[in-house]
Amino acid sequence: MTAYDIAFAALGVVATGAALLAVTTRHLVHSALWLVVTLGAVAGCFLVLGAEFVALVQLLVYVGAIVVLVLFALMLTRAPIGPSSEHTTSLAHRGLAALVGAGTATLLLAVLLPLAGGPVDRREVASGQLARDLFGTWVWPFELLSVLLLGALVAAFAVSRAVRPDTGSAGGTP
Amino acid sequence: MSALHALAALPAYVPMIGGSGTGNPTADFSDTPWWLSLAKALLIFVYLLVSTLLVIWFERRVIGRMQQRPGPNRTGPFGLLQTLADGVKLALKEDLTPKNADKIVFMAAPAIAGAAAFVSFAIMPLGPSVWMFGHLTPLQLTDLPVAVLLVLAVAGVGVYGIVLAGWSSGSTYPLLGGLRSTAQVISYEIAMGLSLVAVFLYSGSMSTSGIVAAQKSLWHIVPAFLSFFIYVITMVGETNRLPFDLAEGEGELTGGFHTEYSSLKFAMFFLGEYVNMFTVAALATTMFLGGWQAPPGISAINDGMFNHGWWGILWFTIKLWIFMFFFVWLRGSLPRTRYDQFMRFGWKFLIPVTLGWVVLVAFIRGANNGWLGDAKLHILGREIPYSTLALIVVVAATALLATWIWEGKQEAKAAESGIRPDEVDPYAGGFPVPPLPGQRLREPAATAATPTLTSKEDQHG
Repeated sequence: MTAYDIAFAALGVVATGAALLAVTTRHLVHSALWLVVTLGAVAGCFLVLGAEFVALVQLLVYVGAIVVLVLFALMLTRAPIGPSSEHTTSLAHRGLAALVGAGTATLLLAVLLPLAGGPVDRREVASGQLARDLFGTWVWPFELLSVLLLGALVAAFAVSRAVRPDTGSAGGTP
Repeated sequence: MSALHALAALPAYVPMIGGSGTGNPTADFSDTPWWLSLAKALLIFVYLLVSTLLVIWFERRVIGRMQQRPGPNRTGPFGLLQTLADGVKLALKEDLTPKNADKIVFMAAPAIAGAAAFVSFAIMPLGPSVWMFGHLTPLQLTDLPVAVLLVLAVAGVGVYGIVLAGWSSGSTYPLLGGLRSTAQVISYEIAMGLSLVAVFLYSGSMSTSGIVAAQKSLWHIVPAFLSFFIYVITMVGETNRLPFDLAEGEGELTGGFHTEYSSLKFAMFFLGEYVNMFTVAALATTMFLGGWQAPPGISAINDGMFNHGWWGILWFTIKLWIFMFFFVWLRGSLPRTRYDQFMRFGWKFLIPVTLGWVVLVAFIRGANNGWLGDAKLHILGREIPYSTLALIVVVAATALLATWIWEGKQEAKAAESGIRPDEVDPYAGGFPVPPLPGQRLREPAATAATPTLTSKEDQHG
């Protein structure tokens, strides 16, 4: 049991706990903030494993951009302070969701746990090595992902600019 | 620590784009015990606090001079203790929490804003290695192979301080201020990150000590001049300073995101803003102005004597304060921009220009490494590949052509807008508009006959 092990386990616990809170809290904005804690803890896990680049990019992209955009959208629309009950689902719905979540987790654990063999050696990867892997070996998946994101962006534009046939509300006209 | 691990992995590693660095930090932390790191962290903290106290005084005095008034000059010599007095006053004020606020987040927001500002300074190299308590250690808290990304990531986290402050106050003006600043900081962060890419390409490293080492012979401000300009613009946008302080526009939002804050919580935002200014200025110094290295003429004196030991802090501080003066100068001379203009400038000008610039720099680096042809021109003892020259000629020609076309368009526009009627109807647009120089107002009797006004009267009557 090294300090790395303890740090990794602690961060894992924090990430899981915060994730659970993110889906159970009644406060909408708090939910987004718990998500920040989860993503930060995952970045910490990467850091413990020696992947500084991945950790910082995780922080930069997910915490610094995506959740900020989520908060942004929340504040543009409602910005509720305090618990909001209008999105509360029925008990059966919640039970079903918990079941599906637990099932997915079990499936992942069943697949991944046998793969986790002996101790993992903590290796620092130079940025050059990472760059050559990313833009050499993995260049096609990387490019495919960027095309996918671009497609999503263009589609979002198309949806937002589409002329709706007579909904009677403003905003549909380009 | 990390530097040692990286050195062990070095044989498997080929320099990336032929940059002078290997991508790993050049600072050597092997002789730095943990207590020394702690001492250095404390020193950096004190350095930043003292700098903040000074810069607030400096700002008020310099702006005073610019506006032909003395500025604060009563408390202490030259008014130096004015900031301290203001700090005491702030601490003694009543700490209000709005009834409608989200209490926990309301408390956490100023803490995030204040703390995030300090973190980035951990990777700033303040000087070369010096002897401290019997250990040879770099004047830098720590360094990573990806240190510059840390600054960007921490800036991303720092936004939460502002957003959450705006939201948790439970009031409209702070919410609007928080919204504005989120959009603002995110937009300008993109251009900021892209402008730094050219520096990474030139230095072949993302560690701050590696970047400083790569500027030994030539500061990056010369080859990456456009990046420098764009970085300077984005750093003003990123720190919410005038002319881009739209998040706290007093005219329309009373105080913006910190309207509901008082006492020490407000002081945290204030401190965070000023420390942030130092952070972005320190990054600019490190990335473009050679970091702690002495200016070209001085660095040659006595075999580079001024580039050793504690001298580094002096040069670093001087460069930092040049940026501080620039910040103050901007505040003293420019009015606040309009929000839509500001966003348009960021998205439609800065980001595309930086993207093009990064591609161009990549081509120049490639040409320099002989990837576009090996023929070289020997001139003044230096070898320059022909492909580099060709690229530079093409770029210069394109820039000239673009300026020419743009100027032609501007002239056409000016000529078009220059045609003004001699007589104007002050109420033509529905509200009174004063005439431009050289124009006459139409007589009231004549105005009544104009179609616009009659139609207006019809509506009313």
